Amino acid sequence: MKASPLGYLDAAGVRAQHILPLTWFTLCVSLAVCVVIALLLWIAVRRKRIPYGVDIANVSIESGGDGLRWITVGLFVSAVPLTATLVWTMLVLAAVAGPPANPAFVLDITARQWWWDVHYSGAQAADAFETANEIHIPVGKPVLVRLHAADVIHSFWVPKLTGKTDVIPGQTNQSWMQTDKPGRYLGQCSEFCGYQHAHMQFEVVAQTSAEFSAWEAAQRQPAAMPATAAAVRGLEVVQFRCASCHAIRGISAGAVSAPDLTHLMSRSTLAAGTLPNTRGNLEGIIQTPQDAKPASLMPNQHLSARQLTDVLAYMETLQ
Amino acid sequence: MKAPDYRTPRIGINSIEHQDKLLRLWKTTPGIKGFFTTTDHKEIGIRYIVTAFIFLGLGGVEALVMRIQLAGPNLSLLTPEQYNQLFSTHGMTMIFLYASPILSGFSNYLWPLLLGSRDMAFPRLNALSYWIYVASGIFLYAGFASGNGPNDGWFNYVPYASKAFNPGLNEDFYALGMVFLGISVTVGAANFIVTAFRTRAPGMSLNRLPILVWGTLTASVANLIVVPAVSLAFFLLWMDRQFGTHFFDTSAGGQALLWQHLFWIFGHPWVYAIVLPAMGMVSDGLPVFCRRPLVGYSLVALSTVATMILGFGVWVHHMFATGLPGLGLAFFSGASIAITIPSAVAVFAWIATIWLGRPVITTAFLFFSSMILLFVIGGVSGFMTASVPVDWQLTDTYFVVAHLHYVLIGINVFPVVGAAYFWFPKVTGRLLDERLGRWNFWTMFVGFNLAFMPMHLTGLLGMPRRVYTYNAYPGWGMLNLLISVGSFVFAIGVSIFLVNVAKSLRVGARTTQNPWDAPTLEWSVPSPPPPYNFAVIPTVASRHPLWESRLGENAALSTVDRGMLLDSGKETIATSALDAAPDMILEMPQDSFAPLVLTAALSVLFVGLLLKTWSVVALGAVLSAAGVLMWLWPRRALREREPATEAARG
Amino acid sequence: MAEAALSQPEQLPVGPIRRHGVGWWGAGTLIASEAALFGYLLFSYYYLAATNPVGWLLEPAPSLKLALPNTLLLLGSSGAAWFGERGILRLKRAQALAGFGVAFLMGAGFAVVQVIEWRAKTYGIGLSSYSSLYFVTTGFHMAHVLVGLLVLAALALWTALDYFSPRRRLVVSAGVLYWHFVDVVWIFVFTTYYLTPYLGFAR
Repeated sequence: MKASPLGYLDAAGVRAQHILPLTWFTLCVSLAVCVVIALLLWIAVRRKRIPYGVDIANVSIESGGDGLRWITVGLFVSAVPLTATLVWTMLVLAAVAGPPANPAFVLDITARQWWWDVHYSGAQAADAFETANEIHIPVGKPVLVRLHAADVIHSFWVPKLTGKTDVIPGQTNQSWMQTDKPGRYLGQCSEFCGYQHAHMQFEVVAQTSAEFSAWEAAQRQPAAMPATAAAVRGLEVVQFRCASCHAIRGISAGAVSAPDLTHLMSRSTLAAGTLPNTRGNLEGIIQTPQDAKPASLMPNQHLSARQLTDVLAYMETLQ
Repeated sequence: MKAPDYRTPRIGINSIEHQDKLLRLWKTTPGIKGFFTTTDHKEIGIRYIVTAFIFLGLGGVEALVMRIQLAGPNLSLLTPEQYNQLFSTHGMTMIFLYASPILSGFSNYLWPLLLGSRDMAFPRLNALSYWIYVASGIFLYAGFASGNGPNDGWFNYVPYASKAFNPGLNEDFYALGMVFLGISVTVGAANFIVTAFRTRAPGMSLNRLPILVWGTLTASVANLIVVPAVSLAFFLLWMDRQFGTHFFDTSAGGQALLWQHLFWIFGHPWVYAIVLPAMGMVSDGLPVFCRRPLVGYSLVALSTVATMILGFGVWVHHMFATGLPGLGLAFFSGASIAITIPSAVAVFAWIATIWLGRPVITTAFLFFSSMILLFVIGGVSGFMTASVPVDWQLTDTYFVVAHLHYVLIGINVFPVVGAAYFWFPKVTGRLLDERLGRWNFWTMFVGFNLAFMPMHLTGLLGMPRRVYTYNAYPGWGMLNLLISVGSFVFAIGVSIFLVNVAKSLRVGARTTQNPWDAPTLEWSVPSPPPPYNFAVIPTVASRHPLWESRLGENAALSTVDRGMLLDSGKETIATSALDAAPDMILEMPQDSFAPLVLTAALSVLFVGLLLKTWSVVALGAVLSAAGVLMWLWPRRALREREPATEAARG
Repeated sequence: MAEAALSQPEQLPVGPIRRHGVGWWGAGTLIASEAALFGYLLFSYYYLAATNPVGWLLEPAPSLKLALPNTLLLLGSSGAAWFGERGILRLKRAQALAGFGVAFLMGAGFAVVQVIEWRAKTYGIGLSSYSSLYFVTTGFHMAHVLVGLLVLAALALWTALDYFSPRRRLVVSAGVLYWHFVDVVWIFVFTTYYLTPYLGFAR
């Protein structure tokens, strides 16, 4: 169970940890009920069954027996775990529903077909930055997440940290996360949102305070100017081909419809968790994104081999 | 000569002359004309069942194709668009074109026989509900067949269903097709309600109704009230898509959640409507094979109604993750936990019936009794999702897919197949093969559990729903392969059932009127029943008319061999609502083209709407109005009119 | 022993007598379903009103100049239909025809005034969810009015053909019931769109 990155029977975040014991309780009650019923059924069928081959008309009709007692006892026994679940549910709901009183900061996440737009506000306007598909949080502090929808309904879910919250156009839903364990936690969109709903993942990276501050500081920097000739040529192609959708802070600005690429190389995956961030995958996702993510909104680029090499040279500077 | 306004029905016993007379009055017109004009509930019921099984097969094939795609990680047999249309069409087919019509079919066939009546209250309306079902099913599948199938799930959330994100005809086929189908469901529901309350055998008071009648009646009342919600939702969606209204789009004051509320206000009662009649079939059939009456009849009848009433108050549990305020979530969570109680009543009643009885293990019994376990498994997974915080992890994963298939296949398909084994001899005069039946049962049971039990695990491991592929996370590939294999085994099991039906229709062992020595009225007529069902109208004194002498139930016994003859015309008896005292001789309509013609006119109307060709719409509307007018034109034979002058004289 | 009595009933009516017949129940189920439909339309109104910000109501003070008399006109047509049904009950065909005819005219008048009101609106169906709901709800009602007019016309035609007597007239009662239903629905629609804004709901 621990091995499944989207499994939630091992919890790492505060919210998920509150929910987990109740989940186990209801699961165990459910299993017990199934076993008991199966047993009762098995015994009931076997104990006075008519041997095979006897004509049913020869088996006399009877009635009587305290059948009603079965129902009343069954109901009373059932009522116990039901009531316990009801009460426990209300307690957990009260504990996890509301947003935390003192969040470390607020994340504004906009879900789009088929990626996650993450906005860090910072203390001042100049500290704000945008990234995509990879969220970093410091351990030990709650983080409030405001969820904005840009197109259709999506759902924000990091199984090991928090339950699902839908992202719905026209309203701003809230979620929150807090964990004490540094690590990488996988999230996936959990409301059908079109062709590439299956490939709309994200990662939440919980870091120590120091690591988080360092990451934040790095993210705040605009993109470095390219140094090598290939990278310069690559930037030209990127500005011409990519900037209308992708923003790269310091180089091209304004575009919002595709993931911010300013620090693309700092992320561990590409295309919303679809592929690990390696050179080969990067090349593939630039040239033929329709292979890995058919019907996604980025068209195949048909770059020449030279252009592709240059673009990669530039992209690899976006650390 | 004015026919008398009042008559004392002649009482008598059956005779050959009497049967011949009734046969001439009731039999369907022979040949192709009769095929299109029949109003015989038995013929309509069989058509419903056959058509529903065809859709079951189509939906099943759709599922198998999906399971091949999902048998391993990152496969590419299907494109995302193909997969999305498949899972959406699969859901639409199973939930709307199979699960409800199959129960309508069984209810249609059985109700008058169970109730001691000669037909449903509105025979022509009965035919209409079937023809519209077929026409709307064809309409919906025309979309799928032309590459324009629904592609946003059966639940069809906006904004993805709106024109901006879904510009093709897919959603228009779905929306208009569903409005069309809604007419069938509504008129069918009306028919069941009036039949249940007004055309029973004398003496069949409410507390003597078979549980199948309670189940279908409850479902029909619910459908009558909630189908307009989904029809409205689909209509408003079509308006947003084609006429620029803003019901659901947030850019101008619409709300995406309005769709969800309207849909689930319908959707939740609907899922009870597609299981309560099947539970009724189990409540009626299981006791026969336990050789004793059902334990706790009154509680089971009441729990049927209670489940449905509570079922109106839980719809938000499909929306727990949408950001609704905590108080609302708490209420709906509590209601969703509470609704397990009436279901538990039925489960314990069934187990007690088996425990206190002496089971005769036929194939029908195997399906009816195994259903109890599948019901409970589906029920507990539902109980888990009823708790809001737990649901926040479970929802939209394969855990819910497991849950819904355990409740739908466990509480609809298994009872349906059991009912087929139980009532096949009544319908055809032959028995289904028992040996083949064992293979049928075990293949279905093993295959089903192999396919759907592991889905609980993949769900707990975090696998989301509605994904056309997935990564090779630990355990996912192996479990999904197991599921896919299981689904094929299950399909083989269903196929064995169909083979058994085909074979037994030709060479099945011929049987008597009551091969199971069962207690209810349908077993007192020949197999297959004559068009008029009952030559003499029975009088009912208990829940088990044919078991009375052996159950020692004192007081007057039911009579099936002597009663009202009602052979002055095509007529049956209408009775009072609660106690079933006779209160009217009901004249029944002859075979009629009107239902088919009206269906054709409505089809024209809906095709015109789909293509936005207003002349065709107008034509369809005019033809439909004319059709309704001709249908409702007062007829002498039905005593709907008499000249005022005659009345003054008479 | 009661069952013995049930199995030998005396003097049963043959076919529907007055309002006693399955057709009456059938009309009732149809009306219940249609009433539910309007219930959901009004639910949509109240839901959108509650979840939208101030200003959603395009008409915070809707003019009753046309709508109120129109409402009374429609209610009056119910009275006329009732009057017509009474004519059937009392074997007075002239009264019946007059009643159905006047009900038809009043209903048609309602429809005409409604169309005038629609045209006078400063907003179209596609402006906002409020306008969409207003036109679709009143449009659904109008569709039911049109069906009701056809029903009244059919009743008038059949009356003229001397089809009905005090005993045999269930279809008349069912048709008039449908017309009453259309009027009752209008009371709810009218209250929602024209009166609740004045009660401070959804400013």
